[in-house]
Amino acid sequence: MTTPTTTQLDSEQLLWMYRTMVRIREFEEAAGRLAEQARIPGAVHLYAGEEAVAVGVCSNLDPEDTITSTHRGHGHCIAKGGDVKRMFAELFGKADGYCHGKGGSMHIADLEIGILGANGIVGGGPPIAVGSAFAAKYKKNGRVCVCFTGDGATNEGTWHESLNLAALWKLPVIFVIENNHYGEFTPQSGQGAIPRLSDRAASYGIPGVTVDGQDVVAVNEAAREAIARARAGDGPTLIEADTYRYYNHTGMSEGDPRPAEERAAWRERDPITILRGVLTEQAILSGESAERVEQEVRREIEEAIKFGEASPYPELSELLTDVYTE
Amino acid sequence: MTTATEATVTGQREITYLQAINEALHQEMERDPTVFVAGVDLAARGDVFGTTRGILAKFGSERIMDTPISENAIVGLAVGSALQGLRPVVSVMFIDFIGVCFDVILNQMAKNKYMFGGKARLPLVVLANAGAGGGMAAQHSQSLEALLCHIPGLKVVMPSSAADAKGLMTAAIREDNPVFFIQHKRCSRMRGPVPEGEYVVPLGSAKVVREGRDITIVATAYMVHEALAAAERLAERGIEAEIVDPRSLQPLDTPTILASVQKTHRVLTVHEAVQFGGIGAEITAQIAAEAFDYLDAPPIRLGGPWSPVPYSQPLEQEWIVNANDIHDAVVKLIEG
Ligand SMILES: Cc1ncc(C[n+]2csc(CCOP(=O)(O)OP(=O)(O)O)c2C)c(N)n1
Ligand SMILES: [Mg+2]
Repeated sequence: MTTPTTTQLDSEQLLWMYRTMVRIREFEEAAGRLAEQARIPGAVHLYAGEEAVAVGVCSNLDPEDTITSTHRGHGHCIAKGGDVKRMFAELFGKADGYCHGKGGSMHIADLEIGILGANGIVGGGPPIAVGSAFAAKYKKNGRVCVCFTGDGATNEGTWHESLNLAALWKLPVIFVIENNHYGEFTPQSGQGAIPRLSDRAASYGIPGVTVDGQDVVAVNEAAREAIARARAGDGPTLIEADTYRYYNHTGMSEGDPRPAEERAAWRERDPITILRGVLTEQAILSGESAERVEQEVRREIEEAIKFGEASPYPELSELLTDVYTE
Repeated sequence: MTTATEATVTGQREITYLQAINEALHQEMERDPTVFVAGVDLAARGDVFGTTRGILAKFGSERIMDTPISENAIVGLAVGSALQGLRPVVSVMFIDFIGVCFDVILNQMAKNKYMFGGKARLPLVVLANAGAGGGMAAQHSQSLEALLCHIPGLKVVMPSSAADAKGLMTAAIREDNPVFFIQHKRCSRMRGPVPEGEYVVPLGSAKVVREGRDITIVATAYMVHEALAAAERLAERGIEAEIVDPRSLQPLDTPTILASVQKTHRVLTVHEAVQFGGIGAEITAQIAAEAFDYLDAPPIRLGGPWSPVPYSQPLEQEWIVNANDIHDAVVKLIEG
């Protein structure tokens, strides 16, 4: 276990990270409960447990930088600055949702702050990330794109084609693998013959690192270096963040086949608790103020749910709009 | 064990559509050691839909394999191993995911036999789940059968009942050509009488699921059930609809459809897939060409509107054709 350090991060940034991780956790647990109660339809893939990855990476990004996300995308969206009100409205399929109710959990996008969409297709994001990074290079605007995928997605052809092209053209893109050690119900060992996914970087001639994905500061540092490299025109980096999802592949805990001991062991390394420990030790956060953050976030989430539920459904006439640009 | 057909069946009991498919897989794996199964979460989990439950326990990890999330490799595995004499059954899970491996389907699987001058033999089955209605949004709700039916070299089946699911799965596995076996998600838990022993519904045989004299409704997959519901209501108005389920879309049993239209003199086709370019267009065109003189009214079509499947529940419900739409279209055609 690495000891979290806080080099180069000021207390404001650290507190933002803390609050954002708590916001993701509260959002996800609320979304999971709403799904269990059948108040939102379809499938929700919860990000709880993996908060340090999205937050550690996105803490280095500007709104003009872009990300591509996955089916497990709520955390990326929140870390990139997404509005939880519009997110909940989308989960409810309502008109005020990010996609006016047309997309739902797996397709939330906010192009204005660089969120190029969650994705229902495993491996759907990487080629789009390459395109976004290409546009940044073409326009010489100094922007980068972060491509989030799961470990399972690295077995799709699209992932490999994307890394190769991005490496060849030295595109400003950072590939972040959220290695939660499962793709759906199959463990990583059943999906590939190498345990360290960052080793795959070697075959594209780019740097590859594995970081402790429960330590937001470690993720922040690895991402900072990769993003600086990308901005400097030195091309992509592959970051593997070792992490774990707290809930089942979809929904909450029902039917989760993963061993109870394994789940408990990962809970011992909770990313929010780890950061809280660091912040308390450095007197950046008192127990009392940590509590206050949690209460404020909880209220924010409750209000967002109310907003989402109260929002109207889209008009039926909207069924056939947005298919093309008119 | 002898294999029953619709004409010779005995020993039925009620099971679900999914159980029926599962039973066919068990029986064919028992019967033919070259049959194997592979796909994401098919072995230990028994498939996310439950299609392959119990197969790992019964046949072991040499006959059913979990794979990485690699549709190109999964479907390519089927092509290559079929060329070498095995009978693979592989799954792409949601039919939407054929997008990932469309080259293997379009340019390899469908064309090898022809391009190789007939030398190749490709006895393989691809399982794919289709259909909207679960709030799964645009990338997990499509009905893409027409896309597959448009490719010479492929066969496509899309059962609506548990018995047909079993019979068509058996036929698909025994078939020496690539077959897409499309399961409709909303049919999966429906129950019906299913023969216990080996049972075959030949590819390319349609079924008249309800007899009637006033109009032929050609309906596929879940739309068969919507059409049946519509037909009950139409009967209250004195309109007797005949419902034909093609079951197999490629090859298509045109004679059965034509015979029905020649009797009823009117036809409505209905499928969940978008109407434009759907299988209903092909069926309608064949009827227009072969039975024009029998028609008392223009053939009509129902299908999904021209948009991806929306997530929001009211929009999704509006998107999917239902019994009301079928009822109203028939009333309008017949009563004006
Ligand atoms: C092309 C494609 N194949 C299969 C699926 C079904 N599916 C959804 S999520 C998932 C597992 C993805 O695993 P991973 O990339 O590790 O992400 P995680 O869910 O663990 O975050 C699978 C197989 C899909 N959505 N798209
Ligand atoms: Mg994973």
